[in-house]
Amino acid sequence: MKNSINNAFKVAKKENRTALISYTVCGDNTKDKSLQILNSISKDLDIAEWGIPHNCPTADGKDIQNSSYRALQNGIRLNDIFNLVKRFKRTKQSKPIILMGYYQMIFNYGEKKFIRKCKVSGVDGLIVVDLSFPDNKNFAKLCKKNSICFVQLIAPTTTMKRMKEIIKSSHEMIYMISTISTTGSKLKYSIKRIIKNYNIIKKIKPSKNVVIGFGITEKTISNLRSADGLVVGSAICREITRSLKHRQNPVTNVSKLVRKLKNKII
Amino acid sequence: MIKLKKKIPLIDQHNKFGFYGNKFGGNFCAETMRKPIEDLSKLFEKLRKDRKFLKKKDHYFKHYLGGETPFFKLENLTKHLGGAQIWCKDVSAINGDAHKAYHATVNALICKESGKRYIAGDTGAGMFGKNLAMAAKKMNLKCKIFMGTKDISRQAPNVKFMRDAGAEVVPVDSGSKTLVDAVSECMRHYVSNCDNTHLAVGSAIGCNIFLKICAWSTSQISRELKKQLIKEFGEIPKLKLINVIGGGSSALGFWNEFIDFDKKHVELIGVEAKYAAPLSTNARVAILHGAAQYCLTDKEGQIAETHSLSAGLDYPGSSPLHGLLKDSGRARYTNASDKEALAAFKLITKLEDIRPSLEPAHAWSECIRLAPKLKKSDVLVVNNCGKGYKDKKIYIEQLGYYPK
Repeated sequence: MKNSINNAFKVAKKENRTALISYTVCGDNTKDKSLQILNSISKDLDIAEWGIPHNCPTADGKDIQNSSYRALQNGIRLNDIFNLVKRFKRTKQSKPIILMGYYQMIFNYGEKKFIRKCKVSGVDGLIVVDLSFPDNKNFAKLCKKNSICFVQLIAPTTTMKRMKEIIKSSHEMIYMISTISTTGSKLKYSIKRIIKNYNIIKKIKPSKNVVIGFGITEKTISNLRSADGLVVGSAICREITRSLKHRQNPVTNVSKLVRKLKNKII
Repeated sequence: MIKLKKKIPLIDQHNKFGFYGNKFGGNFCAETMRKPIEDLSKLFEKLRKDRKFLKKKDHYFKHYLGGETPFFKLENLTKHLGGAQIWCKDVSAINGDAHKAYHATVNALICKESGKRYIAGDTGAGMFGKNLAMAAKKMNLKCKIFMGTKDISRQAPNVKFMRDAGAEVVPVDSGSKTLVDAVSECMRHYVSNCDNTHLAVGSAIGCNIFLKICAWSTSQISRELKKQLIKEFGEIPKLKLINVIGGGSSALGFWNEFIDFDKKHVELIGVEAKYAAPLSTNARVAILHGAAQYCLTDKEGQIAETHSLSAGLDYPGSSPLHGLLKDSGRARYTNASDKEALAAFKLITKLEDIRPSLEPAHAWSECIRLAPKLKKSDVLVVNNCGKGYKDKKIYIEQLGYYPK
């Protein structure tokens, strides 16, 4: 249990493939539906990320904004999210789940209370988009103390000096932002350049699991499969939007998409 | 209680993480923005000590923005209210019609120095957007202005001005369709384009460096006022400085030189819009647009919707520097309703020749409330920080007329 994120990467490595990580927004479009989606796609996933919706998301593109909006419209609250995590973990105990959100939601709830709730619900990791290094030092420590992996982010703009400091203070997983953008935009850089940035991080500390996110789609995923892990978020949220628009079942459509993504990396 | 430091400019009273009083401000932003804002901080710290740059800034303030704005007594209003002397620092007389002119001009100058060719800003009432568009045109920069669709329609004269000046106005249709979502969208634009774009945040909000640049720029107002007061009174008399608060950029500029005075000598009074009043209604501290601040939220921590007739005040947050001034007890905050602001506009324009926009009309409302309770020796100064023409349509809708 304790090292379920590390284990997930180990399993993927043993199978000689990149780890597939999904991002969906918890409560999109309803609480139950979002759990059904996650349950259904989890067989093809190594790690699941669940977004905590916030109504001022300054780093998200249109697709994730839409998902968050739907979830909030349907009344999702933090306590619901913890309950849904618990329900997910009841059947998928070994599948790591990472919550991702903005610091305001944690700050408002209270850091300590938030982490305690994460722990009892079975949350394995946290990504806080706008709590960057070094401001996140105390919070990261608090996570570690409670066996929760605090995932640091590294961007294309991060300097070498800063990168080394971030890696040094990071836990078992690091999130590399592929390109200068919000979530869900097209890759602005060549695959070669992204892999080069990835290798720089890996070289500093080969033992860290580095995942690449932002702009990963059906089209780009296979080109980046040499990474430890790949995160697909906006493409999935877009599929939910499309399904709802066409009055189709998002659960089957998203499951098909994730299966396709998986097929591209094995 | 937080204590202010004497003889240290207000904007510099933060710790190494950008927090004021260990509580307000900070840099709550995506990793992608860290390097660009660090670069901008270094550039700004260099420029604010650079004689050549300061000379250039002063040159622009004098010749492009028209120099010192007037300071005069409102004899009729004083007589009518029969209490304190009422004076007006008429910042709306600036070329650009509002205090945002200082801040927009400085941002365009900094953008130029940084070597970036694109500048992006948010706007609510359109005053910042218009001034940024003007400054960008003057300095040959490509300019994008983010504005809520509700504000685009209610502040149409300023939108036309922006477009005529060659700026691209990007309509923001998400959420409340007002300033709060315009700022979010503008920040998202910056996250995606920070390698070639300078971000000009429209008020004293955002990550540490953005509010510093803003309050540094608008402080021109109080530098002038201090001189004008000494010229009129031979000293700094017992004063009350009344200013409207949206994000709070004009108040910070109006008060900056007077922070070190005792509050019994120079009292600072901020006036918010009644349904967008985080400072005067005991809102909680929340993280919004990169900084911890007093901000209206719901129980879950989601940012609350606000309501004000005035687009410039229709914002749930407040400058972290106002949080500092509130918690240190240096400034006090109150609010005025749409109705009260309209009534103030009616009275002021009947008695005097100034035509305040809806934003300073809130400050005038507090002035009208206070003046009769005070003595003749008391001096009230109101920052008339915006010209009313942009709200002509709203005034006509609400009052049935717009004075000549």
